[in-house]
Amino acid sequence: MSSARDDILGRLRQRIGREPAGAPAAHARVEQVIAASQAGPRPSYDGDLAARFIERAKALISTVDECAAPADVPARCAHWLTGQGLGRQVVVSPALAGLDWAASGLDARIGAAGGDDPVGVTGCFRAIAETGTLMLCSGAQSPAVNSLLPETHIAVVQREHIVADMEAAFAVARDAFERWPRAVNFVSGPSRTADIEQTIVLGAHGPYRVHLLIVG
Amino acid sequence: MEIRSMHFVSRVRQRLDDTELQRNLQRTRGRNAAARLASLSSLDDFDAVRERATEIRASVLRDLDVWLERFEAQATRRGATVLWARDGDEACRLVIDIARRHDVKTVVKAKSMVSEEAGLNAALEAAGIRPVETDLGEYILQINDNEPPSHIIMPVIHKSKEQVSELFARVHGTAAKTDIVELTREAREKLRPEFLGAEMGISGGNFLIAETGSVAIVTNEGNGRMCTTMPRVHVALTGIEKVIPTLDDLATLLRILPRSATGQAISNYVSLLTGPKHEGDADGPAHMYFVLVDGGRADLIGGDFEPMLRCIRCGACMNHCPVYQTIGGHSYGWVYPGPMGSVLTPLYQGLEKAKDLPQAATLCNQCGVVCPVSIPLPDLMRKLREKQVDAGLRPWSERLSMRLWAWVAQRPKLYARGVRLAVRYLRWLADGRDRIQAMGVAPGWTAERDFPAPAAQSFRDQYAARRRAGR
Ligand code: SF4
Repeated sequence: MSSARDDILGRLRQRIGREPAGAPAAHARVEQVIAASQAGPRPSYDGDLAARFIERAKALISTVDECAAPADVPARCAHWLTGQGLGRQVVVSPALAGLDWAASGLDARIGAAGGDDPVGVTGCFRAIAETGTLMLCSGAQSPAVNSLLPETHIAVVQREHIVADMEAAFAVARDAFERWPRAVNFVSGPSRTADIEQTIVLGAHGPYRVHLLIVG
Repeated sequence: MEIRSMHFVSRVRQRLDDTELQRNLQRTRGRNAAARLASLSSLDDFDAVRERATEIRASVLRDLDVWLERFEAQATRRGATVLWARDGDEACRLVIDIARRHDVKTVVKAKSMVSEEAGLNAALEAAGIRPVETDLGEYILQINDNEPPSHIIMPVIHKSKEQVSELFARVHGTAAKTDIVELTREAREKLRPEFLGAEMGISGGNFLIAETGSVAIVTNEGNGRMCTTMPRVHVALTGIEKVIPTLDDLATLLRILPRSATGQAISNYVSLLTGPKHEGDADGPAHMYFVLVDGGRADLIGGDFEPMLRCIRCGACMNHCPVYQTIGGHSYGWVYPGPMGSVLTPLYQGLEKAKDLPQAATLCNQCGVVCPVSIPLPDLMRKLREKQVDAGLRPWSERLSMRLWAWVAQRPKLYARGVRLAVRYLRWLADGRDRIQAMGVAPGWTAERDFPAPAAQSFRDQYAARRRAGR
């Protein structure tokens, strides 16, 4: 009995009318399409990408704060959390371990979030102005759970990392990663559902709030 | 899932008489259609994006064998295992094998339409493995005795919050809540321990990306992320037609999928998952599998119905279908409702098992107009009708009357006389009004609507009279 794989591919080849002799050319064509990958039609933006990103992020019900330098990040986070009454306990992605969290008065643990961590702080690989979306790439320095399990997610976004669209972000990622990350998560505001009577409710399974801190 | 499309007409009758269902359908009718329309303006040129999206999907289908091989090679290179299933049963067997190999007792599931096609939950349960649906809507259906979904992206669109409240109180043993926020919170708290405890996560896949060997999963709730991050095994279960070439193509398709579905410019979470966790990663599954299911898809390649395989499961066609909006999704009797279901169900399950579905449309082409990958749904339904006729699957009364009509239509004199008689009869029925409320010889016609009264003279008579008058 032939394997399911051979059976399915065999039937496809038969229906497509692929002769064995034609296969190499088809493979070459496919490789060519990938190598010459091209963006489709996309909206263009004049003006400030960061301003567009912030405007879109707010429309997705993310909150936004800004600060001048990376060194200000822990204190700004502490300030916002206090203002919201969200406590002092945070779990911080290893990528941000170099900042002085202790001095901010936060009770910070560096590492991956568990089910009970109330606040997760992450960096951000790139941010997308078209939709106000974060692009988070998982890795040893950037666990995916920190933007997922806690009820509050704070993302630190470098201003120069704000790009126009997904295509631009992918172009950077193709060059940046020797090994493609296990998980690339595009995050657009707090988790939500509209399953019951199409009424939007925040905090379905992921965070209830997403706070963006733009640096630079 | 067992197919029940044979009983379409009697089901429709029940649904129309179900006042609660009608009230629930009424509540949300037209909302997604309006949201979709509003969201299109944020694209400079929607038609251009739609054209490109159509071409991306069509180009893959033309070389599907080679694209699948490319995808498989990349996915394998990045540490995933790619398995193939000829049909739903084989897919269930593969998933159960994987679960046994990794000593899995509980499976958390993100939405997967292919798993519904295959009836995976029942198969898992029979094998002693506990499946837990985690999409809020799918969860509600599962705890309601495995009720089938009524919409492909809003599975409980047919339910009111009172019905959900009553269900939760009964199944969870909690006090009844009517606030949707509280109901959502209750489900979150029930499901959180399941995510943290399950050994295996099963997801569907919106797209498979040949460039990187990844699966892309689009959700709003974050349950897709949970299912593919927390358990130590991840299985992505998808149809073989889901491949797209590149990440740039993904970006294009993501411009129209959420807009067509819910009117969002982007869904909350788009996850691109590639292989198992890397050394040093703090999270992610240690094992990743793909199960690529044929289930009738390969047979559509190269034929009249190939365009149907472009479908990206956005639900726009049902959101715009006057028939779906009136009868709800359950009447269709299988996994896929609305226009796309009326085409897919007979193709995947057999024309004889879904005789009424290709007829369950007015061919108004709302669906064809909104479909983001330009699938000519009404044309495909018409082709299915032709196939039904060829296969002799229409009732004898219809076949006889068609034959009779054809015989008369080939005899112009007889035809003209017949028309004149009919006009006189209909005008007598109309009794001076422009509508007929009770059609004497065919009362079914006017049971739910009026029949317009014809003009006093047929077109042919008017034309002949004008010719005679030299105009
Ligand atoms: S047929 Fe078109 S409109 Fe309907 S679900 Fe598929 S892609 Fe969407």
